[in-house]
Amino acid sequence: MKTLINILMDIDDTVDWEKEQALIDDHILDSFGVITLVSELEDAYSIEIEAAEMVPENFNSAAAIYRMVTRLQET
Amino acid sequence: MAYHTPVYLLLFLPAVLLAYQITPQKKRWLLLLGASWIFFWSVSGKLLIFLIGTILFTHYIGLGLETLKSRCRLEAGKPENDRKQIQALFKKRQRLVLAAGIFGLLAVLGYLKYYNFFAQNVNLLLEKAGRPALLTAKNLVLPLGISFYTLRAVGYMADVYWERTSAFVHPGKLALCLSFFPQLMEGPISSYSQTAGDLWKGSPIRSENLAAGAWRILWGLFKKVLIADRLNVLVKAVFDQYESYGGVVVAAAAVAYTVQLYMEFSGAMDMIIGSGRMFGVSLPENFRQPFAAGSAAEFWRRWHITLGTWLKTYVFYPVSTSRIVKKWNRFGKNHAGKYVTKLGVTAICLFPVWLLNGLWHGPRWSYIFYGMYYFTILLCGEALAPVRERILKKWNISEQTVWWAVPRRLKTWVIIVVGELFFRANGLKAGLHMFVSIFTDFRPEKLWDSTLLNLGLDSGDYLVILLGCAVVGIVGVVKEHNLWKEENTKRFCAPIRWAACYGLLLAVIIFGAYGIGYQQVDLIYAGF
Repeated sequence: MKTLINILMDIDDTVDWEKEQALIDDHILDSFGVITLVSELEDAYSIEIEAAEMVPENFNSAAAIYRMVTRLQET
Repeated sequence: MAYHTPVYLLLFLPAVLLAYQITPQKKRWLLLLGASWIFFWSVSGKLLIFLIGTILFTHYIGLGLETLKSRCRLEAGKPENDRKQIQALFKKRQRLVLAAGIFGLLAVLGYLKYYNFFAQNVNLLLEKAGRPALLTAKNLVLPLGISFYTLRAVGYMADVYWERTSAFVHPGKLALCLSFFPQLMEGPISSYSQTAGDLWKGSPIRSENLAAGAWRILWGLFKKVLIADRLNVLVKAVFDQYESYGGVVVAAAAVAYTVQLYMEFSGAMDMIIGSGRMFGVSLPENFRQPFAAGSAAEFWRRWHITLGTWLKTYVFYPVSTSRIVKKWNRFGKNHAGKYVTKLGVTAICLFPVWLLNGLWHGPRWSYIFYGMYYFTILLCGEALAPVRERILKKWNISEQTVWWAVPRRLKTWVIIVVGELFFRANGLKAGLHMFVSIFTDFRPEKLWDSTLLNLGLDSGDYLVILLGCAVVGIVGVVKEHNLWKEENTKRFCAPIRWAACYGLLLAVIIFGAYGIGYQQVDLIYAGF
């Protein structure tokens, strides 16, 4: 989780990433932010994120992003 | 039978509502489907076959994908099989079926909508090379709303492929989703899961839905008939005779068209969403106070939202997770640095989105230019983002500060208006001519001499437009700041509610731009 928060802080250090629960719905993380994040996640966790994963539910909070990462690592 | 015509509002819609209510709940989907096909037939006649063909094709592609998924689960579960190998094999098959489905749908749309454009440009190239024309133009007629229902059908196939939705065995549900008459002409481009539940349920008509729907329709009529259709007189006069005008008159016409398009398209959306609401169907919103946007990117999150969402979901994200982007990412991080890599990814992902956005509007170079115009602006916005952030940090400026936010919003308005000038112009050449003429022949005195009064509108018309825009603007501010909720309406006593309702209705009847001196204006987006 710490790695993830560091990645997110690198994208925008003004957001309280652990607290926010509607990153996509409230446009805190826009589509450019999402593609940057996807690229960083793939590198940091050695996973492949496919288009099917690009839904708000997977990116709305740090916890949701972490759940997706863990799930993709297991498959 | 457009949504603002008396035939639709006073005959078709009430008749369908009545028939819907007296039909048993289980058969209501059939009634809605029948009404939708009659609606389609009334505009496009025999071309209904294209809609039915799309439904059946999409349905069977969906079922094919679902069958492959079931077989994959079955095969992968067998102990003698290598799970990963089986999954990879079936994934490949599913991808082939999806590609065939998308190709099939886009081939029909491409042929009907773009063949003549393609032929014309090929012949032009051949002519320049001194060779005879190769392709002959064809008399092709577009089925009603093909650009809208094709995107919804492609979205459905992709959603089944990505397992965001399951293919329904009964074709009726998909048929109704793709044909629902309020959505046929202008969208919104909803996903299957957004409307399928409401449409299939066949809920009885409720008085609160009927009242809210009627209000929404009336509000849409106000925007369309009172403001947009009136502005059309000025817009048509200048854009059709663009060589006779220049400077501030062209700038005024571009502003007028921007307002016209917003009032017209968002007004039509009000009528569409209102019609759906009457049947208890929630259709997604397509506008969210677009002129309150602080940047071009934000504008597109507030304008034609469902097209933007569709392009983001089915083009931008698939491209951003594609092999080419991943390869560029790896190469860029090792050789080009973080900034250039990010900019490269943004360019690769944005280019197809904006090319398709422009092309989707129609087979014209000016629409392609319109798409590329926004592509360039958004890319520049991303390229300059670090500079902007550095300035904000260095001078400790909040983005909400008036002297930062106001110029930013004005800049966004200029971007929007220039874009709409090219969008409306009769071709790219005309658009460039008009744009240049703003600077070469500005003459601000044309704003207060009688020039604007010689474009078909008198001072009374301008007053109605200004008052109408003021009302829409106030409602926009209230919505933007969440100062009012629908349920608050009930707090007012009935006489006040009825007075407001009659006030709006009388404003449309008395001040609507129809009858002598006005031309009937078709819905602009129905032409796309």
